[in-house]
Amino acid sequence: MVNASIETHEFDVVIIGAGGAGLRAAIESIDSGAKTAIVCKSLLGKAHTVMAEGGIAAALRNVWKEDSWQVHFRDTMRGGKMLNNWRMAQLHAQEAPDRVNELEEWGALFDRTKDGLILQRDFGGHKYARLAHVGDRTGLELIRTLQQKAVTTGAEVFMEVKIVELLHDENGAVSGALGFYRNNGSFVLFKAKSFILAAGGIGKSWKFTSNSWESTGDGHALALWAGADLIDMEFVQFHPTGMVWPLSVKGLLVTEGVRGDGGILKNSEGKRFMFEYIPQMFAAETADSEAEGDRWYEDKANNRRPPELLPRDEVARSINAEVKAGRGSPHGGVFLDIASRRSPEYIRRRLPSMYHQFKELADVDITVTPMEVGPTCHYAMGGVRVDPDTAKATVEGLYAAGEVAGGMHGSNRLGGNSLSDLVVFGRRAGLAAAQSALEKGSSKLSESLVEDALNRALKPLNNPEGENPYTIQHDLQETMQALVGIIRTESELVEAVEKLEEFKERVKGVGAKGGVKFNASWHTALDLNSMLTVSEACAKAALMRKESRGGHTRDDYPKADPEFGKTNHVVRLQGNDITVTPEPLPVMPDELASLFEGAAQPTGITESKEVK
Amino acid sequence: MADLVVRLWRGDENGGEFIEFKIPAQEGEVVLDVVHRIQATLAPDLAVRWNCKAGKCGSCSAEINGRPRLMCMTRVNQLPEGEPIVITPLKTFPIIRDLVTDVSFNFEMLKKVPGFKPKPREADGTYRMYTEDVERGQEFRKCIECFLCQDVCHVIRDHEENKEHYAGPRLFVRYADLEMNPLDTNDRRQLLVEKMGLGYCNITKCCTEVCPEHIHITDNAIIPLKERVVDDRYDPIAWLGKKIFRKSKKVETDAK
Ligand SMILES: Cc1cc2nc3c(=O)[nH]c(=O)nc-3n(C[C@H](O)[C@H](O)[C@H](O)COP(=O)(O)OP(=O)(O)OC[C@H]3O[C@@H](n4cnc5c(N)ncnc54)[C@H](O)[C@@H]3O)c2cc1C
Ligand code: SF4
Ligand code: SF4
Ligand code: FES
Repeated sequence: MVNASIETHEFDVVIIGAGGAGLRAAIESIDSGAKTAIVCKSLLGKAHTVMAEGGIAAALRNVWKEDSWQVHFRDTMRGGKMLNNWRMAQLHAQEAPDRVNELEEWGALFDRTKDGLILQRDFGGHKYARLAHVGDRTGLELIRTLQQKAVTTGAEVFMEVKIVELLHDENGAVSGALGFYRNNGSFVLFKAKSFILAAGGIGKSWKFTSNSWESTGDGHALALWAGADLIDMEFVQFHPTGMVWPLSVKGLLVTEGVRGDGGILKNSEGKRFMFEYIPQMFAAETADSEAEGDRWYEDKANNRRPPELLPRDEVARSINAEVKAGRGSPHGGVFLDIASRRSPEYIRRRLPSMYHQFKELADVDITVTPMEVGPTCHYAMGGVRVDPDTAKATVEGLYAAGEVAGGMHGSNRLGGNSLSDLVVFGRRAGLAAAQSALEKGSSKLSESLVEDALNRALKPLNNPEGENPYTIQHDLQETMQALVGIIRTESELVEAVEKLEEFKERVKGVGAKGGVKFNASWHTALDLNSMLTVSEACAKAALMRKESRGGHTRDDYPKADPEFGKTNHVVRLQGNDITVTPEPLPVMPDELASLFEGAAQPTGITESKEVK
Repeated sequence: MADLVVRLWRGDENGGEFIEFKIPAQEGEVVLDVVHRIQATLAPDLAVRWNCKAGKCGSCSAEINGRPRLMCMTRVNQLPEGEPIVITPLKTFPIIRDLVTDVSFNFEMLKKVPGFKPKPREADGTYRMYTEDVERGQEFRKCIECFLCQDVCHVIRDHEENKEHYAGPRLFVRYADLEMNPLDTNDRRQLLVEKMGLGYCNITKCCTEVCPEHIHITDNAIIPLKERVVDDRYDPIAWLGKKIFRKSKKVETDAK
């Protein structure tokens, strides 16, 4: 019996993922008295969260007294083109300030205002300067603070373990997770009463992405395979400013903080083009001249914000349109210029890691020369469908928080709203998962299920002459980039769905050469399963949404459609098929709806006045 | 462009050897890109750690031509042209496989650091700290835990036995971070001397030289820590003064 030899651990709560969401969940779960473990694919402290740059959004009111959770809520909903789960957006806006202050209590050192409080910076789509930050390395501060707190609180951490499948007990509740240690290939089984998915994003399925190798959509796929619903999977955020050159770093992120701190976008003609792309929905609050936009940095009360700080979907599409119209930079992007706008000292102090990144990787001094930037796949709005208050998935025993969860950001996420999402819903997930675990009796896991899962995981190793996993991964990324990218259309999406069927066949024949010890080709072969699942979920949901909204732009349906504005797409696994079902969006109560009275509605994509 | 010649150490705890790879050069690449191309085409099971590819996570540490560096921040065109690129795993830590080493020593040491204990909030519910108060600590909090400083420190590089009672530069940076946090009330100085081996460091500054975050490990972390410790132990007046001044500091002598 294979089972007898598998290392097995029992906990009340097991958390899959050690980014901001997983670590915050662990702290809360332990605090609630639950025996808690964290499992992660990399070493502790290396999760994607470490790369976050610009800041964490919370209406702290340290810089603008006029700010409030209501304004943050409103900005978030409008940024998401009103498709957000209203309750999640409300909880997020209400609780983010406490979560940020708590980080300070745990040792985080944020940049300060003149009065000695946490400083906040401007970011796209946020009415007031709202992002608490540490230069441009906020994610490092967040993950380190939470990691140190979790370790001193007594979390047990299983590093470099990849979870391959979730397992159900006889009542259909998730009660086990099978994984293996990457360093020696030996399997490990976790039994627990609650599992929290905090496994991050899906960006690795695209060719040009700001995401690390870990973002293969494992959490999304584990949930779907375990019978949970996913929602909003068509919405993928392309961040407007990724590096475009050298090729080897194409996609690497350039923080929105550059624009928040005064940087502007120019085309090859030297024109500041964003003024041509101001959508109806945001016209009333956006500057219509360069002079007004520039004055706003100093005097926000009497001026409107520059269009470089529109929500990300708008800016990304505008850049895309400029490049398409032949006004791009030499390497196929546009210019992001802060050198001509701020002093070298200011730039180095506010944006030290951007300075470093360009200097070291592209030989460009950003205090002298403009950067070349273009859109890069960045963030998954879609994810596991959860109950807003408890972060519970639609399957018993399973919770989800952070990027892997869906609903909070609607069709487009505002910058800074992810880090706050991690701590707000990480905490809620930890609390609810622990409480439920402490009330439950233990359950039984069938041994044959474990053995089947184990054999599936070993398959690539038993097929050393199979196809090279890196080749399949590369081709999949090309396909998603070309057919399910920033601008989509019916025929290409249909083609994508067909091609994904071919990929399924190829993945069945994938092979890994070598042994079980830290074998990257085996790990990559297994990652393909989840990459393929999330790709299919995304392509199918995108095909069904015949409108343009937020992170989903259809060339063939350029307008927003009010009917689709009331609809979520729910993705499920039925038998072996991934299906998409439209369901009505939860309706906001009147007192929240009144915050939007008189506000313009989403109209779809804006084409340049000039182009038209 | 001419082909690159890469000599990569491959093996595990039972031993290994240099394997030479020839691979076409490509413009603008860093060493990690070359390693990845070798992995994708010539050696699929090659073991290497990485995450961010932007010098932010500290995963891809290795020794390149004998110098501890981040592979993702080392551009190929900065290395001597026409010569082979020699890549070996960090020497101070046990080998797992190829370029991957067992760095758990560092995580075990980090676990022993007594946690942050903040003083109470002010009457208005805030903590007031000014830029000049946080700047010192912020330097230490830039640490990406690449452990290159640990790798190069001679106290443990050639002396496995010292890991019993010596924490190493990364840990001293962590202690300095806590020590210089304006809100913290824990006092870890005795622990630093008695259990963490602060005294073993003889200020060679090798750690500072390799730090990719340019943290002044010796000047700003280790030397001030040594001074504070010495003050306390051998100068009764300074000791008394500090005790009275920071009377809220609880003395931690035991590693957690
Ligand atoms: C370059 C960059 C800059 C950003 N800047 C900002 C910003 O300024 N502000 C902001 O709000 N947001 C920002 N974001 C977005 C934000 O950083 C992420 O959305 C967020 O960090 C995700 O956190 P998480 O906790 O959900 O998951 P992650 O931090 O991605 O962690 C996922 C964890 O799950 C683990 N895991 C995954 N699969 C498995 C498996 N199968 N088995 C075991 N473990 C697994 C991983 O090992 C990892 O520990 C940025 C993103 C990028 C890429
Ligand atoms: S200065 Fe001290 S800690 Fe740094 S390398 Fe030398 S002995 Fe080691
Ligand atoms: S102090 Fe510098 S060299 Fe040492 S681990 Fe931190 S970043 Fe790396
Ligand atoms: S991969 Fe993150 S530092 Fe090199």
